[in-house]
Amino acid sequence: MSLLAQTSPLIDWAWISRNMGQIVDRTWEHVTLTAVSVSIGLLLSLVLGLVALRWRWTYGPITWVTGLMYTIPSLALFALLVPIVGLNATNAVIALTSYTLLIIVRNLVAGIDGVPEAVIEAADGMGYTRRARFWRMEVPLALPVIVAGLRIATVTTVGLVTVTAVLGLGGYGFFILRGLNTFFWTQILVGVALSVILATILDIAFVLLERWLSPWARRAT
Amino acid sequence: MADDPMIRLENVSKTFPGAARTAVTDLSIDVGRGEFVTLVGPSGCGKTTTLKMINRIIEPTSGRISVDGANAMAVPAHELRRSIGYVIQQVGLFPHRTIAQNIGTVPSLLGWEQSRIDDRVGELVETVGLDAEMLARYPAELSGGQQQRVGVARALAADPPVLLMDEPFGAVDPIVRKRLQDEFHGLQERLGKTVVFVTHDVDEAIFLGDRMAVLNIGGILEQYDTPETILAEPANEFVESFLGGERGLKRLGLLPVTGAATEKGPFVEVSVSPAEGRRIMEDHDVDWLGLLEGGRLLGWVDGSLVDRIPLSELEPRPFLVTLNSDSTLRSALDAVVTGHARVAVVVDDGMYRGMLDLEAIAEEITE
Repeated sequence: MSLLAQTSPLIDWAWISRNMGQIVDRTWEHVTLTAVSVSIGLLLSLVLGLVALRWRWTYGPITWVTGLMYTIPSLALFALLVPIVGLNATNAVIALTSYTLLIIVRNLVAGIDGVPEAVIEAADGMGYTRRARFWRMEVPLALPVIVAGLRIATVTTVGLVTVTAVLGLGGYGFFILRGLNTFFWTQILVGVALSVILATILDIAFVLLERWLSPWARRAT
Repeated sequence: MADDPMIRLENVSKTFPGAARTAVTDLSIDVGRGEFVTLVGPSGCGKTTTLKMINRIIEPTSGRISVDGANAMAVPAHELRRSIGYVIQQVGLFPHRTIAQNIGTVPSLLGWEQSRIDDRVGELVETVGLDAEMLARYPAELSGGQQQRVGVARALAADPPVLLMDEPFGAVDPIVRKRLQDEFHGLQERLGKTVVFVTHDVDEAIFLGDRMAVLNIGGILEQYDTPETILAEPANEFVESFLGGERGLKRLGLLPVTGAATEKGPFVEVSVSPAEGRRIMEDHDVDWLGLLEGGRLLGWVDGSLVDRIPLSELEPRPFLVTLNSDSTLRSALDAVVTGHARVAVVVDDGMYRGMLDLEAIAEEITE
């Protein structure tokens, strides 16, 4: 460590300013991989969630399968996918997406299930059709919980994207991996710090979105 | 009433899937137009199930239900429900909608114009005694009592001829409950809705209902009649035990003082001579005299003072217990007992109507 510090300082500011262009590129890559994976994850989860809500018996199998996917180590999953799709962005997106499913589907179903029984009964009693009740009562009331799931999935994905560096992608993971190979601390720290900052920004953004979507919950006394 | 009922249940039964016994058994009830019917009974008597079959929250297993002459099963459930007001114990306000939006629920489902909905909401807020400034708030910002007022306003919004209420005042504290009951009683008299009201509280059923249906476990109808009749002549032991103690007192709570043996009593106009006053006291065998002036009650004077001085120069003392014509015999009895008075006088806006004593009340109890 002390030997390393002599050859390269902990933070080499000159390197950072020299590589600003690449930092921006990697940020874009990181954000894109996260956004694409979470978006596809959300779409798939909506389908799975609606299926689970419509045919309740499917909920068990759906959580079982998505739960199993969730337990596969990310590195192993990338490797498993190589023979099928190759060593590319598709591989990364498939893997990243699969990790979001369990979280989003579970929050979606929990959110809808959490709508108070009395609200459902009152909506029925007022003459809502089943479909209108779902979209105008259950979905708006479940939104905070669904968004909370999206938030966890997004923050998790930001962290996982760094691992895709082994596929030659990885946004900030690229810096971490190369820094590790060359014992260049600045690169490692930049990669880690930016990843944490991005996760924090997105976390806060989702909290704000959650509040904006449920003004009624905030004003409760 | 029986010819053209607003709600008719004919041989209605309900068995829930997997249940060993029927929840409602071969039930037939007519509810007349503008009539307030309470469904009472112990838990498990199927009263809530019965109510929910009327707006098809629960579908009957067999039998026929008609609302306003039409078979309830013949129209889509959601359309039927828009013409029936519905109030439940847990209120079930929509948390993500303002009070105004909550109240306007059914009108907006029916496609009313926004301006018409706003007018109606403004009207209803007054009807149920809410503050107009609450309209912009969310349900979570209101107290339990206020929420239930909103619940009632929401049920009345599209002016449905029928109201179904499932223990609507069960979740609020006793003081608020009493107030809501009183107000709703008055409201119902003004609006003339047909109401079916489920409660497990016998006193509430007696107080609110034109008729009450007493149900036994399994939804078996034990008696269906006016509260007065049921209290006076319970059909069987079950009804009698369900009504609980103090049946006589509960019945007194339904009878207005004017219906009882109020009598003129030893009351005279101050203009009469003292001699006439003494004669009246002797007639009634009492040692006091009530004084009136042009029919207005002045008070009473001790018999010994009724001598030679003109009655108008005496200083009358106020009666301890005064009631008005709307008071019930039960409140008269209570007033006499707690006021340690021998008589209660009935006065409307200062005008003397009559008096009654414990004997007169006792006569009503033994009747």
